[in-house]
Amino acid sequence: MEYHKNRVVITGLGVVAPNATTVEDFHKALANGDSGITHHPELEALKFSCQIAGTPDLDEERISQYFTPLQLRGLKASGLIYGVIAGKDALRDARIEIAPKDQALKNLGIIMGTGQSGGDKYREAIHLIDDGRVRRLGSTSVIQTMSSGISAWLAGEIGAGNVVTSNSSACSTGTEAFLMGYERIKYGLATQMLVGSTSDSGPYIWGGFDAMRILPNTYNDNPTQASRPFSDDAAGFVPGSGTGAIVLESLESAQRRGATIYAEVLGGAVNSGGHRGDGSMTAPNGVAVQDCLRMALAHSDLNASDIDVINGHVTATGKDAYEVMNWSKALHRKGTDFPYMNSFKSMIGHCLAAAGSIELVGAVLQLKNQQVYGNPNITNLHSEILEQIDSTKIPIQTTDLEFNRLMKASFGFGDVNAAVVLQRWKP
Amino acid sequence: MTTTEIKDQLFSIVKVYLPQDVDASAITADSHLMKDLGINSAHLVDIALDVEDAFDIMLDEKDMEAMQTVDAAVTIVKGKV
Repeated sequence: MEYHKNRVVITGLGVVAPNATTVEDFHKALANGDSGITHHPELEALKFSCQIAGTPDLDEERISQYFTPLQLRGLKASGLIYGVIAGKDALRDARIEIAPKDQALKNLGIIMGTGQSGGDKYREAIHLIDDGRVRRLGSTSVIQTMSSGISAWLAGEIGAGNVVTSNSSACSTGTEAFLMGYERIKYGLATQMLVGSTSDSGPYIWGGFDAMRILPNTYNDNPTQASRPFSDDAAGFVPGSGTGAIVLESLESAQRRGATIYAEVLGGAVNSGGHRGDGSMTAPNGVAVQDCLRMALAHSDLNASDIDVINGHVTATGKDAYEVMNWSKALHRKGTDFPYMNSFKSMIGHCLAAAGSIELVGAVLQLKNQQVYGNPNITNLHSEILEQIDSTKIPIQTTDLEFNRLMKASFGFGDVNAAVVLQRWKP
Repeated sequence: MTTTEIKDQLFSIVKVYLPQDVDASAITADSHLMKDLGINSAHLVDIALDVEDAFDIMLDEKDMEAMQTVDAAVTIVKGKV
């Protein structure tokens, strides 16, 4: 492999999302505008203001296809279940064969990011420890609660012998993991990388956001309408969970083994606003956001006019218009010249650490299927969005579109940004 | 509780922790849990917890170190029930 030369393509996808738990169903659900947001009696019983959420629907039969009965004993980390299922699906989709018993696959690495891992298992451990019964924790407490647990688990299943680690950057985790894997292949340090990210389900991960009063509290009886990205009545983000998993591969390797190629990764960028300017722990520094988007374009050797579709972060809060403005300024495009733009969060909520990777899977599916998924739940576009761009650029209905390049960005607590540029693959 | 009853119960506890390529018929009274049956050393901790639950006993460090075969486990359990 030559340094700094490899082209990178996507050869495998897996997803466990609130509105679908296979890639095929995810495409259908996003194209149909199917919502995965439901009312959670558990949250109501715990007196949450926001009692709705988007959680993947996995039955016992499906789970038993991925875990042995022994592995399922005491398994309480919901994120680990999502991560292992989506990760194994992506590896299978890419037709990567399990390593022989005595030799790891030294050019296959794994970066599955998390915000935190196994909150429910950790809670169980805390109670046992506080009762003076630490030895009752058993052998799986560490695996279920360590941040790199999903990467480590998948590494054992497939026999990955390159880097096996986990990243964490709040809601940009998944997009950042994607770029970390991309760079590793581009610079010749690996040929295949399973990348993605996971977020647990449940009150222990969502409670802090409920306490911050940034989740909608008037849709508990009407969950599918609660997440309203771009809309003038957006009332806060709806928490979600799941995993997106993507196999990245050098073009050379993919072509040599005749792999199915979904799309090419042209480049991307990550940065931080450093809590300066408009930025803070919880708010983005717009100058840094624009820098990140411009850097992603520059690294991809593209002009702003080359971008056809944007899959935004757009969480359905008061910051949606600010994000659109930053895209418009970064690309120097507005009105009818602005690219088509969408957010999947109306259907899946904000999957936090998993948001970037789940949405990247959706973004790739848009390129592959030559469609722009619709944006349900817009009453009226926010007036400050209409000051920037033409209303036709944020389609309500799923639209067929012949297009070549899509840009996706994620932004997270801590004033962190990540953006990637994908290109349609024409065999 | 008879020795046979204890042994049967221990067999069913150990069975759960066998690697996927080891059949339950491989378990004998004197098979070494790790060396012969290929059980992951981390799972010895879980087996000990299951034994405690099944027989309503407490195992100390010494017991856990000694519990390397089904027979050894039978001896330990018989001394406590």
